[in-house]
Amino acid sequence: MPGIQMYSVVRVGDMGLVGEVIRIEGEDVFIQVYEDTSGIRPGEPVEDTGTPLVAELGPGLLSSIYDGTERPLVILKQEGDYVVRGISAPALDRKKKWKFRPTVKKGDELDKGAIIGEVKEFNIIHRVMLPPTIGGKVEKIDEGEFTVEEIVAVVNGKSLTMMQKWPVRIPRPVRQKQDPNIPLVTGMRILDALFPLAKGGTAAIPGGFGTGKTVTQQSLAKFCDADIIIYVGCGERGNEMADVLHEFPELEDPRTGKPLMQRTVLIANTSNMPVAAREASVYLGATLGEYYRDMGYDVALMADSTSRWAEALREMSSRLGEMPGEEGYPAYLSSRVAQFYERAGRVKTLTGNDGSLTMIGAVSPPGGDFSEPVTQNTLRVVKVFWALDKRLAQRRHFPAISWLNSYSLYTEEVADWWVKGVNPQTTILRDWASGLLQKENELQEIVQLVGPDALPDREKVILMVGRILREDFLQQNAFTDDAFASPQKQIRMLEVVKAFNTYAMQMLEEGKSAGDLQVHDAVPRIARLKEKMGDEFEKEATLIVGMVV
Amino acid sequence: MAFIKEFQTVSEIKGPLLFVEGVEGAGYDELVRIRTADGDLTGKVLDARKGMAVVQVFEGTFGVSKQARVRFTGDVVRLGVGSDMVGRVFDGLGRPIDGGLQPKPEEKLEITGAALNPVSRSVPQDFIQTGVSTIDVMNTLVRGQKLPIFSGSGLPHNKLAVQIARQATVKGTEGFNVIFGAMGITSEEAKFFIREFERTGAIEHSTLFLNLADDPAIERLMTPRMALTAAEYLAYEQGMHILVILTDLTNYCEALREISAAREEIPGRRGYPGYMYTDLATLYERAGRVHGRTGSITQMPFLTMPNDDMTHPIPDLTGYITEGQVVLSRALHRRGIYPPINPLPSLSRLMNQGIGEGKTRDDHYGVSNQLYAFYAEGMDLRNLVAIVGEAALGAKDRQILKFANDFEDRFIRQGFHENRSVEVSLDIAWDLFSEVPETELKKIKTQFIERHLKQKGKTDGSEGNSK
Repeated sequence: MPGIQMYSVVRVGDMGLVGEVIRIEGEDVFIQVYEDTSGIRPGEPVEDTGTPLVAELGPGLLSSIYDGTERPLVILKQEGDYVVRGISAPALDRKKKWKFRPTVKKGDELDKGAIIGEVKEFNIIHRVMLPPTIGGKVEKIDEGEFTVEEIVAVVNGKSLTMMQKWPVRIPRPVRQKQDPNIPLVTGMRILDALFPLAKGGTAAIPGGFGTGKTVTQQSLAKFCDADIIIYVGCGERGNEMADVLHEFPELEDPRTGKPLMQRTVLIANTSNMPVAAREASVYLGATLGEYYRDMGYDVALMADSTSRWAEALREMSSRLGEMPGEEGYPAYLSSRVAQFYERAGRVKTLTGNDGSLTMIGAVSPPGGDFSEPVTQNTLRVVKVFWALDKRLAQRRHFPAISWLNSYSLYTEEVADWWVKGVNPQTTILRDWASGLLQKENELQEIVQLVGPDALPDREKVILMVGRILREDFLQQNAFTDDAFASPQKQIRMLEVVKAFNTYAMQMLEEGKSAGDLQVHDAVPRIARLKEKMGDEFEKEATLIVGMVV
Repeated sequence: MAFIKEFQTVSEIKGPLLFVEGVEGAGYDELVRIRTADGDLTGKVLDARKGMAVVQVFEGTFGVSKQARVRFTGDVVRLGVGSDMVGRVFDGLGRPIDGGLQPKPEEKLEITGAALNPVSRSVPQDFIQTGVSTIDVMNTLVRGQKLPIFSGSGLPHNKLAVQIARQATVKGTEGFNVIFGAMGITSEEAKFFIREFERTGAIEHSTLFLNLADDPAIERLMTPRMALTAAEYLAYEQGMHILVILTDLTNYCEALREISAAREEIPGRRGYPGYMYTDLATLYERAGRVHGRTGSITQMPFLTMPNDDMTHPIPDLTGYITEGQVVLSRALHRRGIYPPINPLPSLSRLMNQGIGEGKTRDDHYGVSNQLYAFYAEGMDLRNLVAIVGEAALGAKDRQILKFANDFEDRFIRQGFHENRSVEVSLDIAWDLFSEVPETELKKIKTQFIERHLKQKGKTDGSEGNSK
């Protein structure tokens, strides 16, 4: 096949299966097919489409559910309950009319990628942009109802629709990257208060099976304060995707009161769907995320799980007979991981707006061993590490995120936001809490040797307050009202615990024993404080603080 | 598919693989018949390139010579399915071995099975009562779930399988039709299952696919797909609720490794092929429920962890695909506790969908969490006591330690024929809770503590008075 390009999309065989060129060697071209190849015979035709794998971008993405190559799964369902081979449908509805309102007028000179108009997509203003490669004089622009294929404007001699296409493997351009210094508020206390993620930042959640990667990712998708959520189910369970599909349309976005699904795009390529499409799915997610970022929104992308993506790379590499690197993964694994996460960032868009794409990748290390290549290569590029701990999960301490092994490199960047916007004491309280948890851990090691009774009272109180922090502050049930705690509530809870700690230490000096403090009336109240909401919470918090002065 | 051709051009025979030359137009995955001097064999195309096909022979290549005649059928491997499969016993390739005739197929289905569109799946949420406390209360199974049993050599997982198959029900409905797929188990084990199924009459609504230890290893790669194809037909076309029990997945994975080695593929962890995750997913993901169809497929695969190691690739990859796992413990088994289910590493991901008011009982969620918390703490204390002695513990810690012991003895332990309703299991838990300080019940909402503990306290008290 002379003239065929790397990563060109091809149609294979009589069934027209979609594939991608992954190697050219002399006259031979190697094609990775996105679908099952049973029954394909040597001699069947292969047709070059001449374009790489592109994503269709335009109104109608939100609340959709796609497979890894942007086939709309809801439309495919009309063909039957199974994803049969060779079927395809356009990602964006070709018939639906959208009300387009121009924001520029004839004669305006526009930069590349400029915003030319608006469409209402549920509750979100969908800003229709020029493709990043096109700019110039507006020769014609119309207001009215259009489909995504009808021409709405002519710019610099080019007829434009509301839809544009972009190759998924290439990042969309921005004017410049900015420092990520605004936190992505998740409502999870251990994340926000101890290991914060910034808007435009990157985070990894590695953990063995059953440690709660998926529950954490789903909680983030539900409660984090991004405008748009891109959720990529990459090689994971079908029933889990069914659960998301069932739950998200019913759940309300806490800020807008609209169904969560209306700010979400789902990409579902379950583990039994073709491996090559799984490999493509994370890039599709990043491209959709960048598209909404370019409109000036804060976008959060959850990829569950990037290990399945890496395994897809490994499977394809091994079939090509490439020389394997560590544990059979291709030698280019680390550069691919780095390139992927580099697509995150808080940016000035081509139009000068602020937008951000935050990326959170789950990692599924074999045997829960973090020394394996995917975890290690990911940790080299991401700034936040939320380490899931099997021992915590086994005792149903959720979220099972280790307060000893996790870290965030954004703590200082976002401190200002907390200190100015939430509570001036934030930094002090945070440092106190992590210091105490560290100390508690050291004491626990001693307890393992000598038993708890051998410790002096002061140390016993540290153990007790450590336990309060772990059980009553860090533990959070994703299936109750407490699943989302506001920044104010989080800090107030820390204040309460610290007040109790100060009181306890003082009481020791006044001759009370650790045993007396363990049965203090405030202790069971602190334990149930997190169940309280709103005014009732504040009333209870004030009451407890009053008990311990 | 008109292409049917016979070749006598075998150029190489290696392990279970035949290399056939001069073949034009063989399809990937195509069904192949091999005629040898000793009889007919079947296989499928693993690799088709210009002028060459690699054929995997299900029965193994014993007795195959280069004179063998290889016929490409132009079709993929299919299973004839029909409702009269119920109550029958087949071999690992779907041929009857109970003396009866081949059931009349209503349809012939590809055994590979396509991927279910995630949009078509409906969420599994009907509570299945297995009658086993540790499963029902702490690792609840729901209809459409895949929940594997991680066992070890010499642990009583077969007994547990039989007990679950016998007892499993969904409230207000009839029981399950069981499809049993055996891969490489011994004939003794197979006999145990058949005898138990016959004794309880379960055989009448069961379908068995048996690939025994002395059957060809490569055939094992087909057996679960045969079983699941039958399950899909009975569930989605005939509206039955199917419980698929597959045992032992470890043997299946060994066969997968054997083929991979014969093909000289680059091995992944411990010599298993890099695509084992995807391959296992094509089995496990065939559990579920579908919008607009009555039936369901619930899967319970059994596997033995080599050297009880849960990080071994077989349990590890399984755990990443299935919705939880039930782990059997050698320590509990040694202490004579049946079923030796260790709740701590066990998990059911779909549990929250199937429990609570209207499904089991409103206090279920809290009770389960509290049991976990106490038992985990109790196990820590047990380790501590081994070093510092019980005297070093405070009063509260001693209560928790006692709780852990009682929990194993009264809650985990139950009889092979003891079918506990979920209410009975929950009440046992409350019984255990009554012996720890109420303030420690942090995981349970106050209203449930009031209702279950205090009311119980009252009735106990009045009984005490009347005595």
